[in-house]
Amino acid sequence: MSDNEVAQGRSAGADMAGAFESSGGHGPTPPSQITGHYSADNPDMVQFVDADGNRLGITEANEPYSCIVEEMTSQDARTIYRDLVLVRRIDAEGHALQRQGELGLWPSLLGQEAAQVGAGRALRPQDYAFPGYREHGVAWCRGVPPENLFGMFRGVNNGGWDSNANNFHLYTIVIGNQMLHGTGYAMGVKADGAVGTGDPDRDTAVMAFTGDGGTAQGDYNEALVFASVTAAPIVFFIQNNQWAISEPNDKQFTIPPYQRSRGFGIPGVLVDGNDPLATYAVCKAALDRARAGEGPTLIEAYTYRMGAHTTSDDPTKYRSDAEVEIWREKDPIKRMRGFMEEKGHADAEFFAAVDVEADEIAARIREACQTMHDPDPVTMFDNIYVEEHPVVAAERAEFQAYQASFVEEGSH
Amino acid sequence: MAGSKLTLAKGLNAGLRRAMEEDPKVVLMGEDVGKLGGVFRITEGLQKDFGEDRVIDTPLAESGIVGTAVGLALRGYRPVVEIQFDGFVYPAFDQIVSQVAKMHARSLGNLRVPMVIRIPCGGGIGAVEHHSESNEAYFAHTAGLRVVSCSNAADAYWMIQQAIQTDDPVIFFEPKRRYHERGQVEVDRDAGADLGLYESRVVREGTDATLLCYGPMVKTCLQAADAAAEEGRSLEVIDLRTLSPLDLPAILDSVRKTGHAIVVHEAQTFVGLGAEIATLIQQEAFYHLEAPVLRVGGYNIPYPPSRHEEHFLPDLDRVLDAVDRSLEY
Repeated sequence: MSDNEVAQGRSAGADMAGAFESSGGHGPTPPSQITGHYSADNPDMVQFVDADGNRLGITEANEPYSCIVEEMTSQDARTIYRDLVLVRRIDAEGHALQRQGELGLWPSLLGQEAAQVGAGRALRPQDYAFPGYREHGVAWCRGVPPENLFGMFRGVNNGGWDSNANNFHLYTIVIGNQMLHGTGYAMGVKADGAVGTGDPDRDTAVMAFTGDGGTAQGDYNEALVFASVTAAPIVFFIQNNQWAISEPNDKQFTIPPYQRSRGFGIPGVLVDGNDPLATYAVCKAALDRARAGEGPTLIEAYTYRMGAHTTSDDPTKYRSDAEVEIWREKDPIKRMRGFMEEKGHADAEFFAAVDVEADEIAARIREACQTMHDPDPVTMFDNIYVEEHPVVAAERAEFQAYQASFVEEGSH
Repeated sequence: MAGSKLTLAKGLNAGLRRAMEEDPKVVLMGEDVGKLGGVFRITEGLQKDFGEDRVIDTPLAESGIVGTAVGLALRGYRPVVEIQFDGFVYPAFDQIVSQVAKMHARSLGNLRVPMVIRIPCGGGIGAVEHHSESNEAYFAHTAGLRVVSCSNAADAYWMIQQAIQTDDPVIFFEPKRRYHERGQVEVDRDAGADLGLYESRVVREGTDATLLCYGPMVKTCLQAADAAAEEGRSLEVIDLRTLSPLDLPAILDSVRKTGHAIVVHEAQTFVGLGAEIATLIQQEAFYHLEAPVLRVGGYNIPYPPSRHEEHFLPDLDRVLDAVDRSLEY
């Protein structure tokens, strides 16, 4: 995008801000409109359905991906819709369980379902995902049992799933660390010769996830440098939900991630993160590119965090209800359902069945969470090292003796 | 028995070469490690023989070097990372303590990150600031990391191979002012296997006091022991070699024999390794002590400009002064 185009983008943003005002909202102007890089008609944004699910025409931005969408079947659409609904329900259950005191914390993905399901469904079994800590939707698509996510938020473990069982790495709390892990893993994939072979079961890609706040981190930027110079088979997937806790986009960058990637020598794609067809299509294209040995891609999924950063947050302190309402209109499930109804991809029975399944999963994971036992305290000394470490061994023995002393005294 | 006189630097180089020959998953990474062979030439010639995919010249980004090494390790490689100078490890500190150290535990044992982070350490070479740090305590304090320090060519050759073979992440300190000192290196496998990576070594036997040291201070302490011998004092010198875990039984055996212990290291004494060692000795061998455990180390100031470093670094006289104080009790 030229400087002139950026300036036009700012102008379009101003129009958007006007629309925001006319919608009856009060409070601060949404930061995305302040930075001006995003608007409903940003010509760079890949979109396939509008807010009501109407299929959009071919544009310069979506044309490279349109064949992927055209090839999607009714079954594909139903799979994605089911994912969106179930993931939202899992997330809602996580939020509820935290409020009931069953979890210490929950980072909600509400609003970001389309971004995560699109990415998750574009991954193949041999691909590897490196998440932050909000990627419950990607975890779902990878086959990680949702109740497994609750362990670390309940405080019974710091992860709790076998990363290699589903090629879904543990959640990473320190922002951006995982971008380097994904890059290094991708460097290993390339060193193994597992790219560009033409074998769809062998060629492998990596996807690393972070948010708009993560793009300010050193590790994120170093990851882009390493991936670029090594042509690593990795897709950086930025969910720009516009808020890094209380800090808006304009506190994180002046050039948006999808444009900034080009400065690293990595192509950048802006996608409507609330459009599940678009997120799936751009992810599939980028992953195919990585698997073919053509190097990294950065995808910026422009979306919105409808809830709080985590359950410890209070978004009413820093953003307006009106801004949230704007994004409620862009709800990914509403869009997907509208698209499917228009195209006849599913009937009312299907939609009702998905809702029933959501209820069942919610009940299942609620019970799993409530019956999750605290591990034996002595296990906190396990797996600190692969080989025995005398300090850990001594402290374990000391702890066990101390615990046993209470038993001997009959105090419990 | 095959052996030759090598410098500590060449011992490391030979050890790395052998590890790479024996395991194709061993890869070296760092700034300038390729054609240049590293600023200290530790990896000299290895890229030529093993290729750019196994001796990887990285961008100048320490967190990136360690963070991508984590990913490579997760993919099944055994990366050996070179940090160019001790003072440059701090940009990677987050990756080391937040990720490298904790990966095995937080994955409930499912994941391993078998990597070695080589750090040229310490002062005494007249370097500019940030080139003479002794930061071992930061890493020894972090559970999940193993920390070792070599002091001579033979240990350099064997310890680097042992560190690469272990499935735990290892911080590997190399005393840069000893890089060019020569020692006999027996390259026979059995000759090196007699001492484990986590065992200390009595490098000089004595009866009057124990000097506990590692890395660059081993030579200094041996010089002090020579000088003390001329005054009729018999000092035992222990090269700790391993800092996490400490080889506590060996430390206690010596202190129970001599009754006097002096810990010598370059790092600042405040909250340094010496504080831990002194505490462990008084906890475990209190009734054998004839004097408090003393420490000789750096002062609690930033590493000074190199024109002052001779006053900062423990030398033979400061060690002997501590011996005098200990034996006066």
